[in-house]
Amino acid sequence: MMEKLWKDGRTLDLETDSRIPDGPVEEKWTRYKGTVPLVSPANKRRFTIIVVGSGLAGASASATLAQLGYNVLLFTYHDSPRRAHSIAAQGGINAAKNYQNDGDSIWRLFYDTMKGGDFRAREANVYRLAEISPQIIDYSVAIGVPFAREYGGLLANRSFGGVLVQRTFYARGQTGQQLLLGAISQVLRWWNEGRIKIFPRHEVLDIVLIDGHAKGIIARDLITGELKRFAAHAVVLATGGYGNAYFLSTNAVNSNATAIWRAYKRGAYFGNPCFVQVHPTALPETHEYQSKRTLMSESLRNDGRVWVPRKKGDTRHPNEIPHEERWYFLEEWYPAYGNLVPRDVASRAIKRVCDMGYGLPPTGRAVYLDLLDAIKEQGKERIDAKYGNLFEMYEKITGESPWEVPMKIYPAVHYTMGGLWVSYELQTSIPGLFAIGEANFSDHGANRLGASALMQGLADGYYILPYTIGSYLAHRLGEKLPDTESEEFRKTEQEVKERIERLISVNGKTPPDEFHMKLGHILWDKVGLSRSKESLLQALEEIRELKKEFWKDVKVVGDANTINQELEKAGRVADFIELGELITIDALHREESCGAHFREEYKTEEGEPLRRDDEFAYVAAWQYNGEDNPPILNKEPLKFEAIKPTVRSYK
Amino acid sequence: MSEKKTMRLTLKVWRQNGPQDQGRFETYELDNVNPDWSFLEMLDILNMKLVREGKEPIAFESDCREGICGTCGFVINGRAHGHLHKTTVCQLHMRHFKDGETIVIEPFRATAFPVLKDLIIDRSAMDFILKRGGYISVNVGSAPDANTIPVPKHNSDRAFDFATCIGCGACIAACPNASAALFVSAKITHLALLPQGHPEREKRVDEMLTAMEEQGFGGCSNTYACEVECPKGISITGIARANLEYWRAKLKGN
Ligand SMILES: Cc1cc2nc3c(=O)[nH]c(=O)nc-3n(C[C@H](O)[C@H](O)[C@H](O)COP(=O)(O)OP(=O)(O)OC[C@H]3O[C@@H](n4cnc5c(N)ncnc54)[C@H](O)[C@@H]3O)c2cc1C
Ligand code: SF4
Ligand code: FES
Repeated sequence: MMEKLWKDGRTLDLETDSRIPDGPVEEKWTRYKGTVPLVSPANKRRFTIIVVGSGLAGASASATLAQLGYNVLLFTYHDSPRRAHSIAAQGGINAAKNYQNDGDSIWRLFYDTMKGGDFRAREANVYRLAEISPQIIDYSVAIGVPFAREYGGLLANRSFGGVLVQRTFYARGQTGQQLLLGAISQVLRWWNEGRIKIFPRHEVLDIVLIDGHAKGIIARDLITGELKRFAAHAVVLATGGYGNAYFLSTNAVNSNATAIWRAYKRGAYFGNPCFVQVHPTALPETHEYQSKRTLMSESLRNDGRVWVPRKKGDTRHPNEIPHEERWYFLEEWYPAYGNLVPRDVASRAIKRVCDMGYGLPPTGRAVYLDLLDAIKEQGKERIDAKYGNLFEMYEKITGESPWEVPMKIYPAVHYTMGGLWVSYELQTSIPGLFAIGEANFSDHGANRLGASALMQGLADGYYILPYTIGSYLAHRLGEKLPDTESEEFRKTEQEVKERIERLISVNGKTPPDEFHMKLGHILWDKVGLSRSKESLLQALEEIRELKKEFWKDVKVVGDANTINQELEKAGRVADFIELGELITIDALHREESCGAHFREEYKTEEGEPLRRDDEFAYVAAWQYNGEDNPPILNKEPLKFEAIKPTVRSYK
Repeated sequence: MSEKKTMRLTLKVWRQNGPQDQGRFETYELDNVNPDWSFLEMLDILNMKLVREGKEPIAFESDCREGICGTCGFVINGRAHGHLHKTTVCQLHMRHFKDGETIVIEPFRATAFPVLKDLIIDRSAMDFILKRGGYISVNVGSAPDANTIPVPKHNSDRAFDFATCIGCGACIAACPNASAALFVSAKITHLALLPQGHPEREKRVDEMLTAMEEQGFGGCSNTYACEVECPKGISITGIARANLEYWRAKLKGN
C-alpha cells in the first residue's frame, strides 16, 4: 500500500476562512455581536431556513430562529422531533455559574475544556462557549426544566471527569431528556404560531447547491418513499455525531452520518474525523448480536470506585474480595483526579489492565464500577436520589442489582469530536451551509469533557447560530426563494434516485446490518482506543475490501416507494463505510497522540500520550476530491494566545 | 455467556402492509434464543434471517434502546410493552420468557394511531395536543438568573416525576376508551407544579383538553389501565391534578 493516501492542500486563513474576530479572547464574542450586520424584523420574515435535526442543537436553533422571525422548516427522520438522540443524555450539563462557590469561573471552564481537549480546539470558540454557558441554565429553568434542587429550593450541582469543581447541573439521570423536551416545547410553541413547519419521518439525503451556495435539500418521505425538494435561503445541519460507524456505540441505533457525509461530498470540509471518544463506563458486550452499548453515566464516578481483583483470574464473588486484595488502579495511577480522570484517560487505563490480564471473567473485557462503599457511607436514600434510575436500568439489562453487587463496565464508542469543519460563525466551507451540535467539529478538541455536549448543542442553537446566520443573510436581502424546478434541484434529485436504485439493484445476499457489524469490528479493533501505523494500514485495506463486497453483495428487500427500513440502513451503511476510510486516513496522518487519538508509536515512558505541538497543532480539514482520488488535507493552524498548551497531566 | 441455556420460541407477529391492508398474524419459529438478548435484538436476528431468505423483515421502530426516547412500543401477549412492570419493549430481555412459549406481538391499537406498517403506528396526534400549550412562552434572551426563584425541592421533584413521560402512547393503547388523559395530564401537572408555569396555567389546561378531544381520543373513565402499563410510572394522580387545574381555570372564568 505505497500509494499516496492524501494530497496536501492549503493552510486556512484565520481571518477569512475561520473568521475569528480580533481582540483578546474575552472580548471576541462581544465585539463580534457588536459589529455583525443585522437583518431587520421585516426582512427576517422574508427568509426561509432549513434546519435538519431536532436534537438539542436543531431544536434550540429552530425555536430561536422562529422567535426572531425567520420561517423555519425542520426535518427529522423520527416520527416526532422529541425522539432525537439527545433525549438519552444522562449525566448533566456544565455551566460556569459558580453557585457552589468552589472557585469556578468562565475562565476556568474555558481552561478545563481546552485542557480536556488536549489543546486541539480553537480558543475563541471555547471561550465563547464558557461565556454563554450560564445563560443556558437561566433559560432552561425559565421554560420549565426540572433540574435537581437542594432543600433550600436552589439548584444542585455535581462533578464530572477532568475537573475539580462542581459545575454540572442535572435532572436525575435524564438531563438530556429534560433539556430536549424543554427545547422541543419551544419548537411546538412556534409551530403553533405558524413560524415553524415540521417534517417528521423525512430523511435528508442530499444538499442542493446553486452557484456554490447551499440552497436546499432533497429528502425522502420515509412513509411513501417519495423524494421531495425543499428550497431555502440557508441550510443548517444539526444531525448529530457519527459514532455509529463503529456499529456498537452508546448512540441511538438510527444515528447516522448521511447528512454530513453528503455535505462533505458536496464540498464541505470534514474536521478531525479521527477524534472519536470512547466512554469508559458502558455495559460490557455479552453476546455477538448485541445492538448497542448502554452507557452508565460518568456521574457514577463521583461516588463509584473502579477496580479489578489483584489476583488475575480471581473467581471469587466480588463482595468476598477484601479491599486490600482489590486494585483501585485509577486511584493509584492518578491520585489527584482518581476515579474522575477524563474519559480518554480512564478508558485507556481500563483497557490496559484488561490487556494485562486482570479483566473480569468470563470475557476478560470488564472491570468493576463499585458504589457499595458509597451506599454504606451516604445511605441508600442519597444514592437513590442521585443514581436511582441508572441502577434500575443496569438491573433491567443485566439482571443484577448494583445495590448488592458492583456493576461491570467496559469502554464503548460514545461521541465524535470530529465533524464538519465550521468557522467561528458555525458556517461550513460551503457558503450558506451551517453545522451545529455534535455534527460540527468545533469545541472539544481531541477529547470532550463530560456534560459539555449538551452545553455546546444549546449554546450553538439558542445563542450563537441565531446571530451568525444573520451575517450571511444580511448580504442577501431581497433574494428570492430558489425555484425547486431549477436544473440544480432536478439534477441532485436524480442523483439521489440513482443511488437508491443502485442499492436495490445489487440484489446480493447479505443484509446491510451484517456489513455494518463487519465495519464496526474493523474500526473498533484497529481504529479504536489505540492505533498504530500497522493497524491503521490494515484497517484501510479491509475497509476498502468491505466496500467492494458491499456493492457486490448487499441485499435490500422490498421497494423504494413505501416504508423500507432495509433501504434506509443500506444507504447509511454505505456512507459509514466511506467515512470509516476517512477516519482511518486521518488517524494515519496524525503522527502524534492527543486526547482520544492514541498512537502506539507516540507515548511517554509512562505510557501517557505524547503530543507533538510543533507539527500537529492544527485542525485537519479534509476536502473531498472525487471518487477515485485521495482526499485533500487542508490545515487550520491552532493559535494559542490566551493560554499555553502544557503536558496534560491528571496525576 | 454463550453457555447459557437457549430457548425455542414461537412468535405470532402482526403483519400489515400499509394502512389500507387488512393485516394478519404470521407465525415464526425461533431456535437458540439467548436469554441475554433483548426483545428487539431477537427481532433483529429474525429479520436478518428473513432478509437472507429474500423475505420482507418485520417493520418495527426503536431508537435509543434504553427506555427513554419513546420510539419503541407494541403489544406483547396482550400487554403494552410486555408484562414487565415499568419497562419499555427495548428494555425487555428474553430471560423473562420461557422455553417453548408462544409470544403474540401486535401494534398499539387506537383510532388516533393508524397502523402504517406491521408494528409501526402513527402517533403524531400526541404532538398535536402538546403544541396547544404544552410549553411556557418565554423568549431566549429574557430569562432571569436561574436561582432568582427558589422552587421547593419537593415540588421540583414531583414536577420531574411527571416530566419524565416519554410520549410512547402505551397509556392510550392500554385504555379501553383510548384516552390520552395520562399523557396530557403529565404535561399539565409538570408545568403546574413549577412557578414558571403559572402565568399560562388556565389557558394551557383549557386548550390542551380541547385539543385532546379534537384529535379523536376518548375520555377518562378511571379504569387505571394506563398507570399499570406506563413504562415510566406516571401516576394517575396527575389526572386528578389536571382536573383540578381545569376547574380552577373555570372558576377563574377562563
Ligand atoms: C447515552 C449518552 C449519554 C450522554 N450523556 C451526556 C451528558 O450527560 N452530558 C452531555 O453533555 N452530553 C451527553 N451525551 C452527548 C450528547 O447527548 C450529544 O452529543 C448531543 O445530544 C448531540 O445533540 P445534537 O443536537 O447535536 O444531535 P442529536 O441529538 O443526535 O440529533 C440529531 C438529529 O438529527 C436528525 N437527523 C440526522 N440525520 C438526519 C437526516 N439525514 N435527515 C433528517 N434528520 C436527520 C435526527 O433525526 C435527530 O433529530 C451523551 C450521549 C450519549 C450517547
Ligand atoms: S404517560 Fe406513560 S405510557 Fe403514557 S405516553 Fe407517557 S410514558 Fe408513555
Ligand atoms: S427505543 Fe427508545 S424507549 Fe425504546
